[in-house]
Amino acid sequence: MPAHAFFFYIFSLIAIVSAIMVTASKNTVHSVFFLILDFISISCLFILIGAEFLGMIMLIVYVGAVAVLFLFVVMMLNVAQQKNQWFGAASGSKHIPVGMIVSLIIFFELLIVIGGWKLKPDLSNDFINLPTTNITNTHSIGNVLYTDYIHLFQLSGMILLVAMIGAIVLTFRQRSGLKKQSYIRQISREKNDGVELVDVKNKEGVKIDV
Amino acid sequence: MEYLNILFSETYKILFLLLPVLVSVAMIVWLDRRIWAFVQKRKGPNVVGPFGLLQSLADALKYIFKEIIIPASSNKIIFILAPIVTMTLALVAWAVIPFSEDFVLADINVGILYIFAISSLGVYGIIMGGWASNSKYPFLGSIRSAAQMVSYEVSIGVIIINVLLCVGSLNLGDIVLAQENIWFVVPLFPMFVIFFISALAETNRPPFDLPEAEAELVSGYQTEYSGMMYAMFWLGEYANILLMCALGSILFLGGWLSPLDIFPFTMVPDPLWLVIKIIFLFILFALVKAIVPRYRYDQLMRLGWKVFLPISLIWVVLTSGYLLYFDLLPKS
Repeated sequence: MPAHAFFFYIFSLIAIVSAIMVTASKNTVHSVFFLILDFISISCLFILIGAEFLGMIMLIVYVGAVAVLFLFVVMMLNVAQQKNQWFGAASGSKHIPVGMIVSLIIFFELLIVIGGWKLKPDLSNDFINLPTTNITNTHSIGNVLYTDYIHLFQLSGMILLVAMIGAIVLTFRQRSGLKKQSYIRQISREKNDGVELVDVKNKEGVKIDV
Repeated sequence: MEYLNILFSETYKILFLLLPVLVSVAMIVWLDRRIWAFVQKRKGPNVVGPFGLLQSLADALKYIFKEIIIPASSNKIIFILAPIVTMTLALVAWAVIPFSEDFVLADINVGILYIFAISSLGVYGIIMGGWASNSKYPFLGSIRSAAQMVSYEVSIGVIIINVLLCVGSLNLGDIVLAQENIWFVVPLFPMFVIFFISALAETNRPPFDLPEAEAELVSGYQTEYSGMMYAMFWLGEYANILLMCALGSILFLGGWLSPLDIFPFTMVPDPLWLVIKIIFLFILFALVKAIVPRYRYDQLMRLGWKVFLPISLIWVVLTSGYLLYFDLLPKS
């Protein structure tokens, strides 16, 4: 299908170019915007291969929540002013070996995965029973996620919960001497306790805020 | 050649959907101002055209001929992109709204997730606008708005889960057809109320219009915008409000279904029912704007995280427990 291939090349081109721009752009906020563009085009690729549920979840989770927090942090910490000098600058060259090692590892991982897939393309059929009936892929993901892999699923949920509680504990600090507002007291305030009529004696005044 | 034909027919369909949406956005702005005026015993816009109906078009004309000012210290590309993103996202989501059983532009399996994803992207237009303006008020406004929209999206997501439990499908058409016996507003009434309030917060409508809060932030993320770009933000906002009304009527008010299956109601064509329900919800939106004073920011956050999220989560447990116990879970 030529139209399908056309869209595939457009989206993958956008994905690759924006992935390069994430690291290459000078401004940090621009990097985050390119990262968002990358997420969006990857989810478009997911939708192109028919995994519409994954694509939409990718949009909701990564673009709708994670990237917003990224942007928040980048904007609030004001790292936008720092110039990204990893490319071209002589002082930044110490990052390059680490980057090379990481990218080599990722490259070999990809090689192993794609090589294995080329060698035995129908290996996955042996241990995954693909449903033959035409149910939507939301249903099929639900069918395996909540039956065969329920323990792994619950485990990942627990890990996320622990991470969340950990983050709260790390940032929580009890500050003393704060005036707190109680919503119940604010709402339940009546006219009678708010206003008081006082006879003010001459040259004595009244004492308020006792 | 075949592709060209498909392209042309699809473009024709898209135009057929988008033009009514844009026109109704213009009309809905007029309706909003009229209702607002009536509540305050004013007349509102009543000069241009019959009942002032053409007021929005006159306003649009005015905006088109105004100069677009781009601040010198702004980040120009992102500054220009922001209103475009807002407007595009607000219109793109209309692709999956079903107006009747076979009158829908894209009948996709994950329609509700699509709308949810698009509406969660909507926050980027605001952040981009606020950041690119390179000015204090827009930046504060956009940060506020981003936090607000992300918070209320969570509770909207949980409310959608409630509805999906009763339906068993993510397709918007299936969601409407599942309400043939009873609209979900009856069994899930508390969820409808929470959805309505969260939709107000999600679209930055009063009483949750803190991103704009003219008393403290001039007009928030729109401060530096002028001319057509300001109008595009505005149009996008109202298109989003209409979309939320449409989503509310599809999830809870039975979409295109008529309230009773008897003679005078069955005469009305299906799409008209959806439009009537959207307008009903919008009138509620407009009345809330006229009646309720603005929330304080900490109260807004508290309402989202400490009230709505727990209630809707508990309701998920209740709904699924009820459905499981009485064996009413939808079978696929």
